[in-house]
Amino acid sequence: MAIFVEQLLNALALAGLLFLVSAGLSLVFGILRVVNFAHGVFYMLGAYLGFTTVAVSGWFWPALLVVPPVVGVVGALLEASTLRFIYRRPPIYQLLLTFGLALILEESVRVLYGPTAKGIDPPPLLEGAIGIAGTLYPRYRLFLIVLSLAVGAAVWLFLQKTRSGLVIRAVAQNSEMADCLGADIARVRTWVFGAACALAGLGGVAAAPMTTAYLGMGIGVIVDAFVVVVIGGLGSIPGSMAGSLIVGAAQTWGAYYLPETAMVIMYAVMGAILIFRPWGLFGEEE
Amino acid sequence: MTILETRGLGRTFGALRAVADVSLRVETGELRALIGPNGAGKTTLFHLISGLLAPTSGQVAFRGDDVTALAAPARCRRGISRTFQITSIFPELSVLENVRIAVQLKAGGNFRLLGGRALLEASERRARDSLGALGLLDRAREPAAMLPHGDQRLLEIAMALAQQPELLLLDEPTQGLSPEDTAATVAVIRRIARERRVTILLVEHDMDVVFDLADRVSVLHFGQLIAEGTPDAIRGNLDVQTAYLGGPE
Repeated sequence: MAIFVEQLLNALALAGLLFLVSAGLSLVFGILRVVNFAHGVFYMLGAYLGFTTVAVSGWFWPALLVVPPVVGVVGALLEASTLRFIYRRPPIYQLLLTFGLALILEESVRVLYGPTAKGIDPPPLLEGAIGIAGTLYPRYRLFLIVLSLAVGAAVWLFLQKTRSGLVIRAVAQNSEMADCLGADIARVRTWVFGAACALAGLGGVAAAPMTTAYLGMGIGVIVDAFVVVVIGGLGSIPGSMAGSLIVGAAQTWGAYYLPETAMVIMYAVMGAILIFRPWGLFGEEE
Repeated sequence: MTILETRGLGRTFGALRAVADVSLRVETGELRALIGPNGAGKTTLFHLISGLLAPTSGQVAFRGDDVTALAAPARCRRGISRTFQITSIFPELSVLENVRIAVQLKAGGNFRLLGGRALLEASERRARDSLGALGLLDRAREPAAMLPHGDQRLLEIAMALAQQPELLLLDEPTQGLSPEDTAATVAVIRRIARERRVTILLVEHDMDVVFDLADRVSVLHFGQLIAEGTPDAIRGNLDVQTAYLGGPE
């Protein structure tokens, strides 16, 4: 029982981080129709900027508040200065561009921070462990679960209940028609790209106390996030949530029971989805 | 007073002259039908008036102002709204959200952070008012895709009407409808024209609908206006009969 609860919480914490990254990846695809290879790098950028903010201020909480908007602005500026000009080109151009951006950002971080990983201490409030169902569980991971649930709810409410949310959903469904009605598509794209990068940045800061900030963490997370959106369906927020839970569970229990084949389980699920429901659990059949 | 005037309006696609030298005047408050055989250029003319297409010659004037250089959204803000020949709704948004997005996109300022609540309520009120006029209010919460085809066409009119246009362009609003739905749509259009004091320009294939609704009829043939007059005059016009109604009987 104790082990099951511990594994369940581990799966949820991992799913939470995956959701913060994959939700943005999915949103960007829904609005911009671009598969953003650079998305993971914004996660890494969040972790490193979090390290700097903690180092400068001596506190964790400011990092959580300041870093996501900064990463969001970086993302929005990059979209407005590069991607914006090639939407009409075939998808391979956008893929190559975002791949190039990923390499440039990754190398920039290496030059600025050096090759060694940077650790962040969790805030004192979240240090240590508490007893749950007979097991001692790290407080910080519980915080990750709560944080990602809160962010997920906030994103969903924003899309469903606000004027901008309605415009974003309309553009995602039929951008041509939204354009005819007078939607400023270019602006919607920049905002959504920035917001998605901010979410990834938030994921990076939140992950850093657990994983440290290290080079390559972006590549690692983007691969998992791709699996999540393939399972859940590109462009769907509930799909990202479901996909994150599935991948989180497959990795956690896989690593526990079948350590040699943990990754295989995740890809097996993805393969099955691709065969039987290629548009994903919550995606749109096209 | 003239609300819409086109002067020598033309549009070519390569060698094809889809619309040629059309000079059309529509008076404020009238219900004008635009008829013509398939391929006569009716939809192209609509695109030129609503701003979806730029003309290759001529001008469009709305309430006396030259709007030829304005794109569709800008003309919409001036007061020209339209529906499309092929049903154009957002299938997964709710019926109410479909109308609200039309209101919001006309009003602009959708990414302003302050005062959002008031703007949201205002656009929702107007959307509900428009849905009420089209008799769709009790289905407001359903996804638009769930509506039967006839109601989807009405929803499109609700979207255009909610933008509070002065000129409403309806592109074949009864296309693909059953006789009952056609009758209902005709009644709705007549009521809108009377109660909302909106000028309507209507492309329509169904001659019964045209002669039933229109104050005046303009006939387009090979991209050119060949006749204009009251429904009775058009019915008796020999040219029109040869071109369109299949020759004198």
